[in-house]
Amino acid sequence: MAQTIAGPEIERLIQLLARLPGLGPRSARRAALHLIGRREQLLGPLADALAVARERITVCSACGNVDTSDPCTICRDPSRDPAIIVVVEGVSDLWALERAGAIRAGYHVLGGVLSPLDGVRPEHLSLDSLVARAGRPETKELILALSATVDGQTTAHYVTELVRHLPVTVTRLAHGVPIGGELDYLDEGTLTAALRQRTPF
Amino acid sequence: MVNEPSRDRLTGRRLGIRCPLLRRMNWSDRAFVLGCRPFGESGVILEAMTREHGRHLGLVHGGRSRRSRPVLQAGNSIAVAWRARLDDQLGTFTVEEEVSRAGRLIARPAALLGLATLASHLRLLAERDPHPHLFDAAESLLDRLDDAEVGPGLFALFELALLAEFGFGLDLASCAATGTTEDLIYVSPRTGRAVSRMPGEPYHDRLLPLPRFLREATDVAPDAGEIAAGFRLTGFFLTEHLYAPRDLSLPDERARYLGLSGSGGAV
Repeated sequence: MAQTIAGPEIERLIQLLARLPGLGPRSARRAALHLIGRREQLLGPLADALAVARERITVCSACGNVDTSDPCTICRDPSRDPAIIVVVEGVSDLWALERAGAIRAGYHVLGGVLSPLDGVRPEHLSLDSLVARAGRPETKELILALSATVDGQTTAHYVTELVRHLPVTVTRLAHGVPIGGELDYLDEGTLTAALRQRTPF
Repeated sequence: MVNEPSRDRLTGRRLGIRCPLLRRMNWSDRAFVLGCRPFGESGVILEAMTREHGRHLGLVHGGRSRRSRPVLQAGNSIAVAWRARLDDQLGTFTVEEEVSRAGRLIARPAALLGLATLASHLRLLAERDPHPHLFDAAESLLDRLDDAEVGPGLFALFELALLAEFGFGLDLASCAATGTTEDLIYVSPRTGRAVSRMPGEPYHDRLLPLPRFLREATDVAPDAGEIAAGFRLTGFFLTEHLYAPRDLSLPDERARYLGLSGSGGAV
């Protein structure tokens, strides 16, 4: 068994850091040493930021985004088009779309995708609130920004069925060649989808 | 420390003895993907239906990489090599794509629902129990699942094959009452045997209709009514013999698949 080389407080810090994505025990040890070495500039502010985040972070009751206020910053933003709701699987997807800055619309975070293997069923996703939002008079379009995977598209079709009776247009993201993608490196499924969804040029 | 069985295997390997146990630790097979669940930061546990080794799980290192993700989509045919130190371990798969179907299937809601139903059916099979005939039937079905004309009929035939594989095959060759092979239009829900028109007529409300395409190969694709009857028949026996004894009900996706295939009255 490995010998303990630091006190229990430091060991605990290392153990917790090692649970973060992308960090193993070795890199957690390096990160802990880095923090300890910059106690005033980094460790203190980080601890404060974590404490504030723990206190204030909440899930938006309207869209499911995480923020420090409810409704979240995006839902409160008057410059966004209320007629469009972009449906995403998780908060990381919402952030990715916001980074791209391609659309100024509202969002709806489903909290996952249907997956029989993982036991994720419709009742585990925030579908009722989505249907309620889609039924509001101001909503005109739902953009299903879900993964181009079997589970993602199964969920997309399920959502489409749920809102079929409502007067909203349902669209989904195109599937095809990524920017910078070379055809001979693409998988057959992507090429098939890209060819099927070709557009006039 | 090397434990006893491992030492035996090592000795066997050193002596060049080809024992069946050794071969099972490292095999290659044809398969198709049933599903994946994330494992760790970059790996996945792949659930694959293999031809010679049945439904089999294994870890795929780097299965969530950009290169592997499109390959590990349900419905894709793959070549797998499985490796483990001991037979009862999860083991690791290395995967190579053979036929990519996911791109085609995700474009059609009915095909996706059919795929989900197929996976649910195959999950009834015991792990690592080989069913090569069922594998072949499932692969043929996957090839035609997005074909609205042929897909539903093939699906009903697959369900019939599934029942037979579990030992609950229906006897549709001759009439249970008279022995005739003509005019077989019913199936007895009690025995699973075909019944011809005449002896079945007085009990027609208690017998299940037997569509022609389940009995014999036809050139003409079955119509919506026949498909609905076929699924009603297979659904009854699947529930009776496979799902109900496991405290399960038929997958919801099956009913939705039938709804989209124009055979919604079957369930």
